Amino acid sequence: MKKLMLGNEAFARGLYEAGCKVVSSYPGTPSTEITEEVAKYDEVYAEWAPNEKVAMETALGASIAGARSFCGMKHVGLNVAADPLYTAGYTGVNAGMVIAVADDQGMHSSQNEQDSRHHAIASKVPMLEPSDSTECKEFVKLAFELSEQFDAPFIVRMSTRVAHSQSIVEMEDRKELELKPYEKTPQKFVMMPAYAKGRHVFVEERTKKLIEYAETSPLNRVEISDKAEFGVITNGAAYQYTKEALGDRVSVLKLGMVNPLPVKLIQDFAAKYERIVVIEELDGIIEEHCRNIGVTNVEGKNIFGYIGEINQAVIAEKLMGEKKDFAALEENIPVRPPVMCAGCPHRGLFYCLKKLGVTVSGDIGCYTLGAAAPLNAIDTTICMGASISGLHGFNKARGAESEHNSVAVIGDSTFMHSGMTGLVNIAYNNSNSTVIILDNSITGMTGHQQNPTTGKNLKGDPAAAVNLEELCKAIGIKRVRVTDPYKLAETEAAIKEELAADEASVIISRRPCALLKYVKHNPPFAVDTEKCVGCKACMKLGCPAISIRDKKAVIDHTQCVGCGICKEQCKFGAIG
Amino acid sequence: METKSIMIVGVGGQGSLLASRLLGNVLLAQGYDVKVSEVHGMSQRGGSVVTYVKYGDKVYSPVIEKGEADAVISFELLEAARCLPYLKKGGHLITSTQQIDPMPVITGAAQYPENLTEKLKAAGAELVAVDALSLAEQAGTAKASNVVLMGVLASRMDFPEELWQKALEQCVPPKFLELNKKAFELGKNA
Repeated sequence: MKKLMLGNEAFARGLYEAGCKVVSSYPGTPSTEITEEVAKYDEVYAEWAPNEKVAMETALGASIAGARSFCGMKHVGLNVAADPLYTAGYTGVNAGMVIAVADDQGMHSSQNEQDSRHHAIASKVPMLEPSDSTECKEFVKLAFELSEQFDAPFIVRMSTRVAHSQSIVEMEDRKELELKPYEKTPQKFVMMPAYAKGRHVFVEERTKKLIEYAETSPLNRVEISDKAEFGVITNGAAYQYTKEALGDRVSVLKLGMVNPLPVKLIQDFAAKYERIVVIEELDGIIEEHCRNIGVTNVEGKNIFGYIGEINQAVIAEKLMGEKKDFAALEENIPVRPPVMCAGCPHRGLFYCLKKLGVTVSGDIGCYTLGAAAPLNAIDTTICMGASISGLHGFNKARGAESEHNSVAVIGDSTFMHSGMTGLVNIAYNNSNSTVIILDNSITGMTGHQQNPTTGKNLKGDPAAAVNLEELCKAIGIKRVRVTDPYKLAETEAAIKEELAADEASVIISRRPCALLKYVKHNPPFAVDTEKCVGCKACMKLGCPAISIRDKKAVIDHTQCVGCGICKEQCKFGAIG
Repeated sequence: METKSIMIVGVGGQGSLLASRLLGNVLLAQGYDVKVSEVHGMSQRGGSVVTYVKYGDKVYSPVIEKGEADAVISFELLEAARCLPYLKKGGHLITSTQQIDPMPVITGAAQYPENLTEKLKAAGAELVAVDALSLAEQAGTAKASNVVLMGVLASRMDFPEELWQKALEQCVPPKFLELNKKAFELGKNA
């Protein structure tokens, strides 16, 4: 049966068909749906782990135990999981193990644009890269076979375009597999120096064999055209852009295995043409490899650069000088940046922080939008968990001056991911810092995944729920309190009190995400135009449901969920 | 057949994913090679959302660039204006007349342009402007604007009615099916 599938859905189908038994991941755009989709198959055990490191160690444990296993993450997640990755490269596997890492070319939903191929090279772990949904499924199934053949975990690199584009996939049956026998083999799985030295020798030998495999693997494909003006070497989504823009005007070497790269295959292809252009997104890894193996007639990054996505229009223009005609309006079209939703519980909190003029150490999640106009409340956003540890460093540097005037903000899921350890540092090293946990009872930005605080697991079944108040107390924070961000006065007072205190404190700003299905909304509010004086105090909240028409506030009834913070904000009683 | 390109654009939360999946399923049932490209994550939070649908004998790139779209379907007027450059010469622009202020307009940093439908026509677009929000509310919920506009598109494409009905059944949860079928019908007759 044929079906239109997202790359991520096809990836999940590949896991299912390959007989994968254990899945552990942490959500991150654009990788999230792989794990959500595979969780729909009863034959597969799937879970959300608190972070990517835990997920990868879980998957490796399952592989050692004899089950095909998987963990998925976004590019920056692989940084968190780099520790187990680099040593899993040494131990290898028992049953096959596949890792998905999804890069975000163009930074649609990320804090950097790193190229995860560097991790594959540095960890000496092989990496495949599909270019559409059909290949996602095929490559995943092959990756399990190769993982067992070469005794290595295999990374399958995704990108935003491949992960979030649908194309046609032919579904096949699942191959149910017996557990592989588990035998205690410390030389392979106990990575202390004496054994690790032996495994490093193995790794280097394995890389040589993998290069041999890459020379003739069906993953790497030459498409010769008689009309070719030059040769193109490409990978992933860039292959699709190349084919669309250049068709049979070029011959193509498509690399489906991006680490390790073949040598002779590339040399032979390059020898056929005077000019070779490497079309690869982000870093020039294939291009540098070409130069390293003596292919000198190569170009790439000088034409396409290192930033963002490539597409067919860019290729047609830069290589062929072709440009399409189009019409445009002369006037300025205002941008429409993402905003916190109407009724978002984060809004009230950020409004109070802005009003108080405090320095805000931010983190990764929907609440990063607190950095945008008109709230402009956030000073820093680095990576998962950095709000808390960064605030601690900031306060150690500036002392009392900032201790009473700065906070960290972090979501419930991010706190469980890697915020907790920062809070331990605050308690342990006697830091007078104020941490605000924005507990909206879900992992919001990636589209509502359960996490260890929500009381439900990935499959929606009841699970143990971390009690944030008790956890913070157990860590050693004495001042722990809960506030409701829909109540502006209460929230503001709590922040002032905790900033004034001479010891560390945690405020849990608790209110479920307004988009959660179980959240009951109040009827929408309306503005009494008689009472509205047009002072625009309500506009300072940055609510997308409120606008000004004819100098009076208007509330869009299709968006308003009746959270009431604008009502509290209006001194003239015009909102009700 | 040469590849055809349709863009579905709107504001995060307006349901462009459902619309593109509906269209994708109809095209798949018609026997085309199909690619649909979506946007997930941060951009979905009230920002501009763009979805690409491409079909033909063999589709390579899942994205649509300036001057390539045979049709643009927009759920919001400003987004229609933003995506005008993506339209091919002579391409069709189907838009809802609904206006949603973006944050720079809300904060007073920018103005929502006036008389956009006239300006879009003057720029040479084959424009169909529909009050999809009112029709959706007539069908039972403002949220069905997306399906109203798919109805408008369906009336201008030559695909069998039953394929659209089947796609609706595949993509819409049963309890909202009747409502969405009504919205689709209202769009078709708009």
